[in-house]
Amino acid sequence: MPKYVIVGASAAGIGAVEAIREVDQKGTIAVISDERCPQYSRPMISDLVSGKADFGKMMCREHGFWTENNVQALTGRTAVSLNLQDKYVELDKGDRVDFEKLLVATGGKPFVPKIEGSDKEGVFTFTTLSDAESLAAKLEKAESAVVIGAGLIGVSCTEALVKRGLKVTMVELQDKILSLILDQTASEMVENVIRKAGVTIATGQTVKQIVGKPENDKVVGGAVLTSGEQVQCDMVIIAIGVIPRTELVAGTDVKTNKGILVDKAMRTNVQNVYASGDVAEAYDFVYGENRLLPLWPLAQLEGKVAGYNMAGKKAEYPGGTAMSSLKYFGIPVISIGVANPKDPDAYESIIKHDAEKSLYKKIVLEDNQIVGITLVNDIEKAGVLFHLMKNGVNVKKFKQELVADDFCLATLPRSLRRKLYPGEYK
Amino acid sequence: MKKIIVKEEHCIGCGLCEVYCTVQHSKSKDIIKAYNREKPRPTSRVKLEVHKPVSFAIQCRHCEDAPCVTACLSGAMKKDEETGAVTHDAEKCIGCWTCIMVCPYGAIQRDSSGKVVSKCDLCAELEIPACVANCPNGALVYKEVKK
Repeated sequence: MPKYVIVGASAAGIGAVEAIREVDQKGTIAVISDERCPQYSRPMISDLVSGKADFGKMMCREHGFWTENNVQALTGRTAVSLNLQDKYVELDKGDRVDFEKLLVATGGKPFVPKIEGSDKEGVFTFTTLSDAESLAAKLEKAESAVVIGAGLIGVSCTEALVKRGLKVTMVELQDKILSLILDQTASEMVENVIRKAGVTIATGQTVKQIVGKPENDKVVGGAVLTSGEQVQCDMVIIAIGVIPRTELVAGTDVKTNKGILVDKAMRTNVQNVYASGDVAEAYDFVYGENRLLPLWPLAQLEGKVAGYNMAGKKAEYPGGTAMSSLKYFGIPVISIGVANPKDPDAYESIIKHDAEKSLYKKIVLEDNQIVGITLVNDIEKAGVLFHLMKNGVNVKKFKQELVADDFCLATLPRSLRRKLYPGEYK
Repeated sequence: MKKIIVKEEHCIGCGLCEVYCTVQHSKSKDIIKAYNREKPRPTSRVKLEVHKPVSFAIQCRHCEDAPCVTACLSGAMKKDEETGAVTHDAEKCIGCWTCIMVCPYGAIQRDSSGKVVSKCDLCAELEIPACVANCPNGALVYKEVKK
């Protein structure tokens, strides 16, 4: 019987395997994934579609990753149910995998709203490698596309399609693109760059119906927006976001909200059952509560923490927060934490905006502590700011300098540097 | 492992560390050619940081538990178990800037092509990294440190 069973083999599953093997080289590990070759980078599927990366480059771990780590890789297999009483996972075809410790790292699945005509040929989602492959296979003959959703997934998909020569219309329900992670100014800066690349952006709208081609109604021919306007297109990509894949624990004792609830050791309420990644609701240190944050770096870190704890080495998840870095359309952007304070009076914003040079920096403070960082174009000191934010540093004495062109480690008072980077001052 | 230790009290802010890093990471390894002929000019992986009167050079600290390795989307950033160095494979890098976002030292840059990141590689082919060897005032020291 495998000692450790991990369902899901993307960022969190990989992180867990690496952590377990750091501590326990012998304990048997079985990984279950419905994907055939799961150790690829999901955020890179847009690079596959655009042609920037081939399949080999997308591999975020070596080809022999599972064997090198002595993992029984049950790839291309689906975990259909979970028996917590007798401690086993049931696979398709009725096979069963017993476990001592279980990590549920099943990830997220695309959120697909009900849209009339969404069953037509030429409608895609954009989450997995197989989504990207199905889309890429149809690109030769396509000239235009409608992308529903202008968040991270929508923007990344749009860039890939533009690079492949398609005319793209991006449709966003909110009044601006990237509305969850950018404020008005930063959103407009990115929007201008995307428009210049030839993309049509329709905000405050969504697609109410997907219509067929005049010659074949079963194939996508256009999208009708809520305004009534009809956009002609050969494909529609639904890129609204992901929701947790909690089906495996449904009906079990494992507690869920939107995602699986976990503590800082990534434990669920059931003994020896852990959860990590997009399926879990982990701690957000800015909001001071658990919430969904479906982001690759956090998933990997959560998986690592789960792996250590499963193998008996105590580890605590330090908490994450919304954090995104964007490379799309050649405009580097980093957004961390609070981008749009809901109650502006409770926060202070330090802003530097140089429209001519297309530079924008905004630091959001609450009681002189950083709770939000937005950087457009000049992003290179983001990590120093993030370090101040994570450590809850009072920045009162140098807050104006946080947005200066020459802000760097040397800006920080020496005493603070000694405290924040103890290893450097031994 | 051996690490570069920064002695800020000895730094005179001359910037020679950046010059020699640029040369070392150029194609020609020649100071004149590297600066005048190679376009784009190779990126210096060490940065002289100045906030008067403070100055010091900073480069990748090759962290024990490196946030950039955990955060990397493509697997380009790795921890070399043998040498302890954090290595960056530019061929695998997709320039997503996630490592820049999480580096607490701000020691990773976009390279001059703007397509990938660049950071200190401890001049793997040299006995002593170029910045250390050419610092005129002993502000950079290369020595064995305990984990």
